Amino acid sequence: MSQDSVDHGKRRLLTWATTAVGAVGAGFVAVPFLGSWNPSAKAKAAGAPVEVPLDKIAEGQMIKVEWRGKPVFLVKRSQATLEEIKNTPYELKDPDSTGQPNQPEYVDGVVRSIKPELLVVVGICTHLGCVPQHKKVTEVDWGGGFFCPCHGSRFDLSGRVFAGVPASKNLEVPPYSYLSDDRIIIGVAPEVEEETA
Amino acid sequence: MSNQNKFMQWIDDRFPATKVWNEHLAQYYAPKNFNFWYFFGSLALLVLVNQILTGIWLTMNYDPTAAGAYASVESYIMRDVDWGWLLRYMHSTGASAFFVVVYLHMFRGLLYGSFRKPRELVWLFGMIIFVLLMAEAFMGYLLPWGNMSLWGAQVIINLFSAVPGYGEQIVEWIRGDYNISGATLTRFFALHVVALPMALLLMVFLHIVALHKVGSNNPDGIDIKKHKDENGIPLDGIPFHPYYTVKDIVGVAGFLFIFCAIIFFAPEMGGYFLEPPNFTPADSLKTPAHIAPVWYFTPFYSVLRAVPDQALGVLAMGASLVVLFFLPWLDRCQVISMRYRHWSHKLWLGLFVIAFFVLGYLGMKAPTDARTLVAQIATTYYFAFFLLMPWWSQWGATKPVPERVTD
Repeated sequence: MSQDSVDHGKRRLLTWATTAVGAVGAGFVAVPFLGSWNPSAKAKAAGAPVEVPLDKIAEGQMIKVEWRGKPVFLVKRSQATLEEIKNTPYELKDPDSTGQPNQPEYVDGVVRSIKPELLVVVGICTHLGCVPQHKKVTEVDWGGGFFCPCHGSRFDLSGRVFAGVPASKNLEVPPYSYLSDDRIIIGVAPEVEEETA
Repeated sequence: MSNQNKFMQWIDDRFPATKVWNEHLAQYYAPKNFNFWYFFGSLALLVLVNQILTGIWLTMNYDPTAAGAYASVESYIMRDVDWGWLLRYMHSTGASAFFVVVYLHMFRGLLYGSFRKPRELVWLFGMIIFVLLMAEAFMGYLLPWGNMSLWGAQVIINLFSAVPGYGEQIVEWIRGDYNISGATLTRFFALHVVALPMALLLMVFLHIVALHKVGSNNPDGIDIKKHKDENGIPLDGIPFHPYYTVKDIVGVAGFLFIFCAIIFFAPEMGGYFLEPPNFTPADSLKTPAHIAPVWYFTPFYSVLRAVPDQALGVLAMGASLVVLFFLPWLDRCQVISMRYRHWSHKLWLGLFVIAFFVLGYLGMKAPTDARTLVAQIATTYYFAFFLLMPWWSQWGATKPVPERVTD
């Protein structure tokens, strides 16, 4: 075949078409490779909701439970603490949790809980994921709350982040609901919401 | 023709063995004025071989599961397997040694302008090696499944949560679970022992091919190919083999003295090579009181902490690495080696080394207000060094550069 009879335009078109189809194919092949990194069915099953009895928590105390491999903090707050949370004397980055609401829509942005006295937050610092320490009202001079030993972030007893610390978001409030007055389930939203875990 | 010659001829007709040997060793002419700074490239290769060999042997006895990993390292390999302790310490000390020689190798590049035209690709391939090495070291650190393994990985993986909108999803995808778990461990194991070593070997190959295309720089920063003899051989060049292979063996001997002393007498290096919390098993409900990365990450970690905002801190840390890639285009001085540059350039470089050490030191310490302030000053200088380089590198008079290399 002589060079004159070669249709270069057609050849280029076919080369590009083949390349494009090949690229799309490569994109499809990537799906199982990338998808296999998602949490497996087993991991999802292990992340099932947990029930927590509340009768053993005294006022001012904290208990720690495990949900999805993460620590969840439950703190019983006094009326005085709640008053201070509502009229906080401290400078907070996001006092009414409207900036980046790290909580379900059925909890209030200030007290951040279904029943005001019981705070339920995921005990993982929103900075880089360390577990903060619970500081009681009487232990520190900044009103009590949570202190992260890794990079010094502080949160108040409503899980709201202080100004001037590395973390930028308030502690996460997980989905939870009351089964009875002294029993909650973490991982399941209240039934009035359409969302369930 | 002797039998040996006949054999080589048979090979060479089918594979370019003699050609490759000559082009890269026996007839690769390197400048004759290399000093001790030129040991660290070949030492990096030595440590790479050490890591691959000891790594393969460790894999034979390691159990990559959340239930078995910690015991397989601390109990089985360290106590039950014959020589297991030595292979493990060679590997863990090798990781730190890798960063020591690579940092010195990179500093040599800064000192003598080895990244300048025409060696931009040598530098870029080298930077990719550095980033791959950081990923390799980070994933390897998770494998013993101690408490610092877990929480170090937790902090670093959570850096991705700073991505706007998709942060949490990305973090969950990397972990493969709602928290760091066995799923994270096995994927890091696969990447650490298979994927990243292959990528590293490929990049080392490209780094050397690019270097041998343009030829090695030297402490005077001048081109030895400008003066050649009648056979086209650079007058200031000597064949890499045997001259530099023999010289590098001296470097290897010196390196091994120190390396072995650490392996035998201080494998934990007072908590800097193997951190104390890693001698307790991973516990996802208990953060160690003070989390610090291994020493070789601390300068970049300090940059992260110096910024009082999560997303901006992550961005600054990323930028502190990315800016290094642009070095060949930031330096505008006519003279490439620090030897013949204005004193102010040496001051800039000297302060940069100090800032890097200060950041590295602060990254190991718990943050206080005063330390954060110092970290912020050092971080500012770190970036000023690179971003103002197009200006300061053109400032001040340079000294006359010799035509031929000096002794």
